[in-house]
Amino acid sequence: MDGIGASVRRIEDPPLLRGEGRFAADIDLPGQLHMRVVRAGMAHGRILSIDTAAAAAIPGVVAIWTGADVASLPPIGFRMMGLTALEPYRQPILAQRVVRYVGEPLAVVFAEDPYVAEDAEELVYADIEALPVIIRAAGPIGDFDAAHGTEPTIIRKAYGDIAAAFAAAEHVVELELAVGRHTGVPLETRGASAAYDAATGRLAMHGAAKVPHTNRIAIARMLDLSLDQLHLHEGHVGGGFGIRGELYPEDVLVCLAAMRLGRPVKWIEDRREHLMAANHSRDQLHRIRAAIDARGFVLGVEDEFWVDQGAYVRTHASTVPDLAAGMLPGPYLFPAYAAAAHVRLTNKTPAGTYRAPGRFEGTFVRERLIDAIAERVGLDPIAVRRINLIPPESMPFDRGLDALGTPLVYDSGDYALLLDKFLRHLDYEMLQASLATRRAAGEHVGLGLAFFVEKSGLGPFDDVRLELDAGGRAVLVTGAASVGQGVETSLAQITGEMLGISYLDVTVVHGQTDRIARGMGAFATRVTVMTGTAIVLAAEKLRARLLAKAAELLQQPVSALVLRDGAAQAEGGSPSIALPALIAACLAEEDAPRMVAEATFESGHMTYPYGIHLAIARVDAETGGVVLERLAVAYDIGRTVNPMLVEGQIHGGAAQGIGGALMEEFLYDEDGQPLCTNLADYVMPTSGEMPPIDILLTEDAPSGIGRLGVKGAGEGGTTAAGAAIAAAVDAALGGRVPITQLPITPSRLHAAMKQAGFE
Amino acid sequence: MKPAAFDYYAPLTTEAALALLAEHGEEGKILAGGQSLVPTMAFRLARPATLIDINRIASLDFCRADDEVLRIGALTRHARFETPFLPGPLGALLADVAHNIAHTPIRSRGTFCGSLAHADPASEWCCTALTLGATMVVANHVSERRVAVADWFQSLFTTALQPDELLTEARLPLRDESWRYGFYEFNRRAGDFALAMSVVALRLEGGVVREAQIGLGGVGTTPILAKDAAAALIGQAPGEAAWGIAAELAATCFEPTEDINASPEYRRDLVRAVTKRALRKAVA
Ligand SMILES: Cc1cc2nc3c(=O)[nH]c(=O)nc-3n(C[C@H](O)[C@H](O)[C@H](O)COP(=O)(O)OP(=O)(O)OC[C@H]3O[C@@H](n4cnc5c(N)ncnc54)[C@H](O)[C@@H]3O)c2cc1C
Repeated sequence: MDGIGASVRRIEDPPLLRGEGRFAADIDLPGQLHMRVVRAGMAHGRILSIDTAAAAAIPGVVAIWTGADVASLPPIGFRMMGLTALEPYRQPILAQRVVRYVGEPLAVVFAEDPYVAEDAEELVYADIEALPVIIRAAGPIGDFDAAHGTEPTIIRKAYGDIAAAFAAAEHVVELELAVGRHTGVPLETRGASAAYDAATGRLAMHGAAKVPHTNRIAIARMLDLSLDQLHLHEGHVGGGFGIRGELYPEDVLVCLAAMRLGRPVKWIEDRREHLMAANHSRDQLHRIRAAIDARGFVLGVEDEFWVDQGAYVRTHASTVPDLAAGMLPGPYLFPAYAAAAHVRLTNKTPAGTYRAPGRFEGTFVRERLIDAIAERVGLDPIAVRRINLIPPESMPFDRGLDALGTPLVYDSGDYALLLDKFLRHLDYEMLQASLATRRAAGEHVGLGLAFFVEKSGLGPFDDVRLELDAGGRAVLVTGAASVGQGVETSLAQITGEMLGISYLDVTVVHGQTDRIARGMGAFATRVTVMTGTAIVLAAEKLRARLLAKAAELLQQPVSALVLRDGAAQAEGGSPSIALPALIAACLAEEDAPRMVAEATFESGHMTYPYGIHLAIARVDAETGGVVLERLAVAYDIGRTVNPMLVEGQIHGGAAQGIGGALMEEFLYDEDGQPLCTNLADYVMPTSGEMPPIDILLTEDAPSGIGRLGVKGAGEGGTTAAGAAIAAAVDAALGGRVPITQLPITPSRLHAAMKQAGFE
Repeated sequence: MKPAAFDYYAPLTTEAALALLAEHGEEGKILAGGQSLVPTMAFRLARPATLIDINRIASLDFCRADDEVLRIGALTRHARFETPFLPGPLGALLADVAHNIAHTPIRSRGTFCGSLAHADPASEWCCTALTLGATMVVANHVSERRVAVADWFQSLFTTALQPDELLTEARLPLRDESWRYGFYEFNRRAGDFALAMSVVALRLEGGVVREAQIGLGGVGTTPILAKDAAAALIGQAPGEAAWGIAAELAATCFEPTEDINASPEYRRDLVRAVTKRALRKAVA
């Protein structure tokens, strides 16, 4: 009763609740040194000299390195979506001659304790000659270096005849829309500890997350190690959100130092560093136009946008602009489409992916466009959405584009059905009527709705090894990773379902490169789809062996038997044989301690869950403050492994979407100084700002990809939150104040209201 | 975010604390709730050579209403006021204010006097003390003196407190039944420092305002008394017309600060709003 579909409790929680979690900072290795990074205080400049003498003289300081000490190492490479044009913009592990953003690693101090390391950090003096600073991505193209400009590439995606669409248009609707710079801020900052055993030549790094296997390959390559010399280990991870677990300079420095200094080295990032050094995200400016006919049907969409990549191109390379351009059309037909994404380098913290990368931005842009179209043709926003939705009979729907190197083919979906169900669930007419009554009484309150299509289940492969011991307990070894999302529980549920045992009898081993040769990790909402199906394949092998043996022992045809409740049994429960006995019989033949099956699932297509956000917002007209009264999310993920975990994903995702919509933004001054480097200035929602979140989960469009019908649930809580909240604020103000920029901060809204003549 | 090295003392008596202050002068810092000092030390924006922790001085841990004043000892935490400490409008005001200071854990450590000594322009207690006309009792190792709140706040994070002095107590006058109080602040999140706040005190008699104070916080380098705004209320019947006039005067009586959350113009508009709302609450 605790298999697929059950809202069982997380197996991850008992140690976490008992304070027995092993996060990066909990790892202490005997004899360890502490690393502290000296970070650039200037946004762009030529390094003339770095004076480390005073710092080195502090007792307890063991070593200080500057760029010159690591000049032989290559810069950090691309994990995905790499393009040759982006290679000159990769980040070195310590600045080489030039610093490009405030927070860039300039030098590192290694000391006996973290306080001494910080004392020494303060005394490292860098003489830096200022260079011109670029902080606006959409401005003129500048120089990255003598040979390269600040626009390495424009990513273009298109289908259909866009010129014909505009030629045939009854109206053209044009908007300029901006999404601010913000990112995932995990509760646990980054951290890493490494130890090197000179005798065996083996290096171990703890504190890995998200993609340990990939980072192992990358680090080994950078340090010139063979793969079997290096292992990465994931402990508990306090949140990933896309940013945590990517390969950063600090990870490589910790490993290199452990080898060079012959002692374990530990690094724990502080919050101030985190907000300047870990990946930023979003920060896009879109100029979009739609060609529409008289009834609001969209004939074509043209979007040109600028992505503020920050100072370097990191591991994600072109992932974010690629996804933004590929997924912008979302659930609508849009017969013709052309997007051009300008990748721009500036002097800000480098950017990467963050939960719903490219889709949070693209959904905001597209849904604001649809609202503007509704306004233009004088139709209800929902009516305009309906006439543009891709109909269910067109599924699977080939978008004619690609994303993340896979053809964008929506595998399944009935968008209009979800809309109908959601409106009914919300009692939409009543809701609108009550808001109208409140508005008539003088309140500035409104409702906004936004559609989204997500993606999940990115390949190319996942491997699992499934072991059954004599007691009937299973161990699942996977190359997936846990970033706190409940992977252990949901994979255990799938395993339990397949083997007819309780999920509590399944141990999930993940994130350990010494336990399984290959692994893709946890990103792009891929694990439940990919690893889930690999589990099905491995479990089927075990099941075949078990049932064959059971058939023999019970004198029943195999087809009459099932694995259920820890036994092989015939329909009705009898005859039956308990798993331990059955496993013992199998093992007796094989002379092995456990039954083992391995399987690989490969996929070249993603799955596409979809949903709708609805927001109700109230504006305080005198202050510009926005109170989000309610957020509702409808989400079709094909099939739900654990509804409680899915709801948790939606809640957390929504909080992040709300942050991006109303609060979170990395601001910079004209000199490129970051203005939001603590959690007082970088404003994130707290429980005090969270509205009740109403969730409607449906299973109307199971995926044909993989064996479970599931689609991923990790990102949809975030995707359309910005779009829906913007629409709600817009409606609250009677459409008089255009909401074209996120976050909608009180000062910004107040200024816009004044400009619109609001009093 | 590790503080620079410091020496730490935890004296058990006020005398011992004052002797340490005298000895360490500029280099010594009082540690009360630590909710402002410790974060600034972690950022290394403050690096006192010596911390003098007063948390073990039992004689500083008091809060009581004597004849005409509420005496708030140096170890009285914000949380002490969350449930009304006094009956009547003043207790209700202090409870309302306390709930707007930071979050529960911070309120259970941070002290009323620490807020006054720290003098953050957006501190709710500073604005309250100024509006209500508090008196500070400060001592050094040789003597004690009283400082009227009007002379207390000098500039950003700067008060009349000398390096060798301890703020042992703050006193709030207990006013008669005819006084009403109101408080309103606007911030981006519950518990954040306000972008603008107002504390008001009104004495009503015969259906009109007889005396008034309007305090503003979070908008200048110190808390501010909007004197003209308050004066405009005298003789007026409480109500929207009077509030509107006062709010307008309040909005223009100060030099607004600018930060990432608010332009000067926006701050003036916020003052207009919070003043009106504090006045409304006072007579609600
Ligand atoms: C996340 C966060 C949010 C916050 N939000 C708010 C808010 O919304 N509103 C608000 O008002 N405050 C806020 N604070 C600050 C908090 O209220 C502090 O507690 C208060 O400002 C200082 O009191 P303290 O007892 O903690 O003083 P400490 O931090 O111990 O000391 C602060 C300064 O005052 C000096 N000092 C303290 N007591 C005395 C004394 N008796 N005599 C002489 N000098 C003394 C210290 O030497 C130091 O310089 C916030 C703090 C945090 C961490």
